[in-house]
Amino acid sequence: MSEVAVAEVVKEPLFSKKNRALISNPLDDDNPITVQVLGICSALAITVQVKQALVMTLSVMFVTAAGNVIVSAMRNYIPNRIRIIVQLVIVAALVILVDQVLKAFVYDISKALSVFVGLIITNCIIMGRLEAFALANKPWPAFLDGIGNGLGYGVILITVSVFRELLGSGKLWGFPVFGHKVGALLSDGTLATEASGLYALGYVDNGLMILPPMALITVGALIWIQRSRNTKLIEG
Amino acid sequence: MEYVNIFVKAIFIENMIFAYFLGMCSYLAVSKTVKTGVGLGAAVIFVLGITVPINYMMENYVLKEGALSWLSPELATMDLSFLSFIMFIAIIAALVQLVEMAVEKFAPALYSSLGIFLPLIAVNCSILGGALFMQERQYANVGQATVFGLGSGVGWFLAIVAIAAIREKIRYSNVPAPLRGLGITFIITGLMGIAFMSFMGIEL
Repeated sequence: MSEVAVAEVVKEPLFSKKNRALISNPLDDDNPITVQVLGICSALAITVQVKQALVMTLSVMFVTAAGNVIVSAMRNYIPNRIRIIVQLVIVAALVILVDQVLKAFVYDISKALSVFVGLIITNCIIMGRLEAFALANKPWPAFLDGIGNGLGYGVILITVSVFRELLGSGKLWGFPVFGHKVGALLSDGTLATEASGLYALGYVDNGLMILPPMALITVGALIWIQRSRNTKLIEG
Repeated sequence: MEYVNIFVKAIFIENMIFAYFLGMCSYLAVSKTVKTGVGLGAAVIFVLGITVPINYMMENYVLKEGALSWLSPELATMDLSFLSFIMFIAIIAALVQLVEMAVEKFAPALYSSLGIFLPLIAVNCSILGGALFMQERQYANVGQATVFGLGSGVGWFLAIVAIAAIREKIRYSNVPAPLRGLGITFIITGLMGIAFMSFMGIEL
């Protein structure tokens, strides 16, 4: 008996195998977007540019991690009946924080994200993780779970945005990768009068990639690739 | 005419699903059969139709800079708009709760057929999205905000019923195994989005 009691007291190492799995699982097998089907609304709308996608990822990661920790710390004090409202209020407060920080430091990106920063509140990843994980676990695993799911969300977001920005406008992170088009603004402030790089060879941007529906089709293709590789995820 | 314009715009051109991807989570989860799709779609129309105008009044009489001046002139410089997220979501959660109770009391059959989806409307991004777009676009009066809310709801309803019908049919098609279910639904939604883009630029 006493041995069992001792074994229980032994502290789990901070990065035990179980805790590492909390971060690595959401990246592939348990990805919030392609497997759990959560948080898609915002994921699709802001993937036109890598920069926006990264800012969104960081914001969501912060809110999932912090929200998970707070709810997990309070889990024994939240009455079951009003837990949704309590969670919404906590998340809304965190999102206000994020929104104000974005407005203060990266105003143009915050304008480009427009209503989607506010929509982090109703991002189902956050509610889903609060309900499914934070309410039943200690703060540290909840924190790792939040970070992991934020990362899983970010992986998809950034992959999609790389394709869309590269094929749609020939840029990555705002830098022209495929060369300049006629009329593009050069780094010294003048306008390019001659096409360079791939554009000189006759390459034309695929304008369709910038339009909203292509985000859905890109994610669909990603799901296709993921499930061909990882056949246990295939739906019957 | 202004109202018709807002209504049509909200349904077709600025469709919640096809142009902004709002409410995608429940859209994907509940669109397996037309019956549940219709139920949830109707609930979304109803909730959007009442939360957008209420949030509009909140925005204009409590939150906006100077909105509190009806209370006392000293408060005219107050700007509470940073609180709008928390205010909107609290109102939405409360109203959804109210709607849930009302439906349970007066239409038990509908209540049991909607089940878990009714409370989940509170975290459906299209509802909060409706309120936030209303705030961003600054409609001139409550009437316009109401029409916008209803129109967005109808657009969402249309989208979920259409995809549910397609998914019911696609069960008999030979879709590549890794694409079955979620993947093909994404791609179909994308194609429908492209189709809806042909409405762009319509002015009434």
